[in-house]
Amino acid sequence: MIYYDRVSKVYSGGDKTVALEDVSFSVEPGEFVSVVGHSGAGKTTLIKMLLAEDKPTSGAVFFESINIHEVPLGKINALRRKIGTVFQDFRLLPNKTAYENIAFAMEAAGRPEAEIHSDVPHVLELVDLGDKMNNFPHELSGGEQQRVAIARAIVNQPDVVVADEPTGNLDPVNTFEVVQILKKINDLGTTIILTTHNKGVIDSLKKRVITMDRGKVIRDDREGKYIL
Amino acid sequence: MKWVTVKRILRAGLLDFWRNGFVSLASILVMTVTLFTVGTTLFAGVILQSALDELKNKADVNVYFVTTAPEDEILKIQQSLQGLPEVSVVEYVSRDQALADFRERHQNDQLTLQALEELGDNPLGAVLNVKAKDISQYESIAKFLQNEEALSSGGPSIIDKVNFFDEQHRAALDRLQGVTSSASQLGLVIIIILIFTTIAISFNTLRLAIYTSRDEIQVMRLVGAGMAYIRAPFVVEGMLYGFISGLLVLLLFYPLTYWIGSASASFFGGINVFYYYLGNFPLFFVSIIGTGMLLGAVASFLAVRRYLKI
Repeated sequence: MIYYDRVSKVYSGGDKTVALEDVSFSVEPGEFVSVVGHSGAGKTTLIKMLLAEDKPTSGAVFFESINIHEVPLGKINALRRKIGTVFQDFRLLPNKTAYENIAFAMEAAGRPEAEIHSDVPHVLELVDLGDKMNNFPHELSGGEQQRVAIARAIVNQPDVVVADEPTGNLDPVNTFEVVQILKKINDLGTTIILTTHNKGVIDSLKKRVITMDRGKVIRDDREGKYIL
Repeated sequence: MKWVTVKRILRAGLLDFWRNGFVSLASILVMTVTLFTVGTTLFAGVILQSALDELKNKADVNVYFVTTAPEDEILKIQQSLQGLPEVSVVEYVSRDQALADFRERHQNDQLTLQALEELGDNPLGAVLNVKAKDISQYESIAKFLQNEEALSSGGPSIIDKVNFFDEQHRAALDRLQGVTSSASQLGLVIIIILIFTTIAISFNTLRLAIYTSRDEIQVMRLVGAGMAYIRAPFVVEGMLYGFISGLLVLLLFYPLTYWIGSASASFFGGINVFYYYLGNFPLFFVSIIGTGMLLGAVASFLAVRRYLKI
């Protein structure tokens, strides 16, 4: 479903920084893959490649046999709708309420009003925020904001949910809740790619773990643990 | 585009406008200044034009006839002058009228009046005052008169003199033409510079306003929104800034033109800006609000573009 084919990324700054070096792996539908590594190991760059936020220096990333970086800028949004995204810093729209943030993702996908009216409360219920739908992001706690972000990521029923350090800014209780939600989404059949450097999360998941170090994949375990 | 999409875009634009209250207020204020400048230059153009017209109106060419010239001959010349495409008005001043004018002009000058009495007879000839449509056309009118003079060479010419051929009169006309044409050119240059500057300032303000939303635009892209769908609400917002600023300016002009109306009429001659404003309100409405909305839309459209490239 997702295939990284010998992907390298070199940032040409003052001195060249190698963010990814010859990375190859694939993700099957329905998998729950965790990518672990220290800060600067290349986890976020890996995600950016999948979202076409950045281009690889060499190699290619395929999503359902489409080379992501050959999709023109004007059409990339259709592809992005198949990938739900959750970020460490939540990235909610500050001027929109929880409800509107989620509705925006549906509007952008051109979904009809009736569907939005029924789906948004439903998905907010799912992340246990039914009573906060009219609150703005700044009125919500970090954990609540992240749950809104997750609701936004799944509302269009994407094939994949990509979560880039979603628990990085959360306390242990909220971390646990977010991971439980992701697990629940995975159980319903959605592929999950999670990057984290939280040992507890990885060890409790007992799912596939890809370990990265300095831009390279150094381990890929079927049922892995956090080993670094 | 589907109606539901249009509705969503309008709603998003209005909501953003309202929720970004401070940014909206700042943008509206800057844009009000811009549109005010645009409006003021419209007025300045009108005032300048009317003042120049007034000035040009003061210019004329006078044809003096000999005292013995028969009236019907003079009226014939008046008629043929009137037939020229360059001529706007020809005023006939008869000998008696000329004398009455002379008396009035010199009513406090006993010496001159006494001299006039001594003469007994009316020493003044009839005059035709010729006004051209444009100040540059006096030369051809004068040439025509010269020909007229030549044609009547059978007998003695009835035209005593045409003052266009006076060196002084001619120099004054030339100078007037130079002053008025350079005044309109200078006015135009100043207007263009002013408008250009204020538009640039407005443009930058809107760019800054959208700069504050750059992260939002990125997030919208990442959740799969199309470029046009992201851009449109910003354009709506920009047009709304323009519309409100335009209304403010139109409102502001009402007391302002009233205040300077009579002053402008007496100082520049002819035009009262207050009545001009009321009389041409549709023109002002369309040009000021139109400029505002166009400016807002274009500035927003361009400003969002740079953040969409992801």
